[in-house]
Amino acid sequence: MMPSGAEKLAPPAPSKIAVRNLNFYYGKFLALKGINLDIPANRVTAFIGPSGCGKSTLLRTFNRMFELYPDQRAEGEILLDGENLLASKQDVALIRARIGMVFQKPTPFPMSIFENIAFGVRLFEKLSRIDMEERVQWALRKAAIWNEVKDKLHMNGASLSGGQQQRLCIARCIAIKPELLLLDEPCSALDPISTARVEDLIAELKNDYTVVMVTHNMQQAARVSDCTAYMYLGELIEFGETEQMFLKPERRETEDYITGRFG
Amino acid sequence: MKRHDADKTALFARRKRFNRLAIALSMGAMLFGLFWLAWILWETVSIGLSSLSVAMLTESMPPPDEAIGTGGLANAMMGSFMMVALATFVGTPIGILSGVYLAEYDPNGKLSASVRFVNDLLLSAPSIIIGLFVYALIVVQFKEFSGWAGAAALALIVIPITIRTTENVLALVPDGLREAAYALGTPKWKVITRITLVAARAGVLTGILLAVARISGETAPLLFTALNNQFWQASLSGPLANLPVTILQFAMSPYENWQQLAWGGVFLITLAVLGLNVLARALSREKLK
Repeated sequence: MMPSGAEKLAPPAPSKIAVRNLNFYYGKFLALKGINLDIPANRVTAFIGPSGCGKSTLLRTFNRMFELYPDQRAEGEILLDGENLLASKQDVALIRARIGMVFQKPTPFPMSIFENIAFGVRLFEKLSRIDMEERVQWALRKAAIWNEVKDKLHMNGASLSGGQQQRLCIARCIAIKPELLLLDEPCSALDPISTARVEDLIAELKNDYTVVMVTHNMQQAARVSDCTAYMYLGELIEFGETEQMFLKPERRETEDYITGRFG
Repeated sequence: MKRHDADKTALFARRKRFNRLAIALSMGAMLFGLFWLAWILWETVSIGLSSLSVAMLTESMPPPDEAIGTGGLANAMMGSFMMVALATFVGTPIGILSGVYLAEYDPNGKLSASVRFVNDLLLSAPSIIIGLFVYALIVVQFKEFSGWAGAAALALIVIPITIRTTENVLALVPDGLREAAYALGTPKWKVITRITLVAARAGVLTGILLAVARISGETAPLLFTALNNQFWQASLSGPLANLPVTILQFAMSPYENWQQLAWGGVFLITLAVLGLNVLARALSREKLK
């Protein structure tokens, strides 16, 4: 028998990312105000909110992308599996290798489709030619683009259509086997058919990865995410199960935004 | 309502007249410019072509007042080629690396701002000043005019051009591409060498070609540095024959055979510069694809 009270002592369900008292500054402008958030593992979490509310900013703190720009800084804690990323002495490149990111606009590298995938893999692993070919194929299959590109792997990545480029970028992310995938409005530049494919892909990916996505499209958040965070003016207003959020939000502001009675 | 329509018709008629006037003025300005350019090209090609001969391409400079058709510019072509090649070889890497620093490492810094300012000064500095500078620095020091000094002067012209074009085309590479590369965990030097420089390579190459085109016609910096030489020479030490200074001397001379060769040299340089520009244009078009 378990001693009584053991359940209370048991740790809460593990979160992949835990954000604690995060403030973020663009120069002197406070863009994120005391964010606290637990993102569950192997789920799709969506950030929604009006433009400028800080959802992309929050996403970009998870892989310390903001460090590329000298006037941006974050304070607080971002724990990835319990390790504070912001205080980490680890090389930021190694952190980023564990966290894949896909951007709003497709960003194929100026090289062949094959090299687009192999480039990232080579940064961290030394694979034989056969293993590399296998890995590239695996990633392209996983991103549901293999059948479209298998006969033109040597062609430049930029020669693909927008939707294909975006899936190529997702494949490039997956190929280095990250634990966490950050998607910053991944479908905003895509047509409805490509969007549907990417959404299917996201649903598929959560089996292996934790996915966090920013989206402007409420239906998309409802369709693909398990949890939703609503942000407004740099604050996290509400966070919970997507179904709960869309059917019966706790906060009035959330309901107004979701139902379009905003502003 | 009717009155309103009438107003509108009058307004549009006025706009149309104004439009025709504007088109006429800008067409006129363009034709004026093109007229002189076409004339220059016509003279160069017609007189240059008539003085073109096998001897001009294979023989060295003749003594003055010889029969027309003997002797050529082979030694000047060789000298020009050697100096332009060395200047490009030395100046291009320095220019590209500096451009990379300005665009990738410190785009908003104080050092970059001052480098940019000085570079702009160098870009617009009259080339005769660069010639004099190298004269004082190298020619006076070694007490000898030389191809080395000529190449140094030309390199000083190549560097600011390459810095400027490299920085500009790197700045055009979208930040999204950089971020995507960093997001994979790519180290900075690899982001630059494998991603941004590759994305900008057509532009960088275009800049190099334009710099080569520019220095192949420069005369002033060579007057004080390479001077000239009447004989074939395949080394950069000592005074070195070159096309621009030869054209200057031969065209100013009273000897008809020399004048003829000067026109031939002008034709050769025009052809080379034209070719380089066409190549540069083809490359930048490639980039757009």
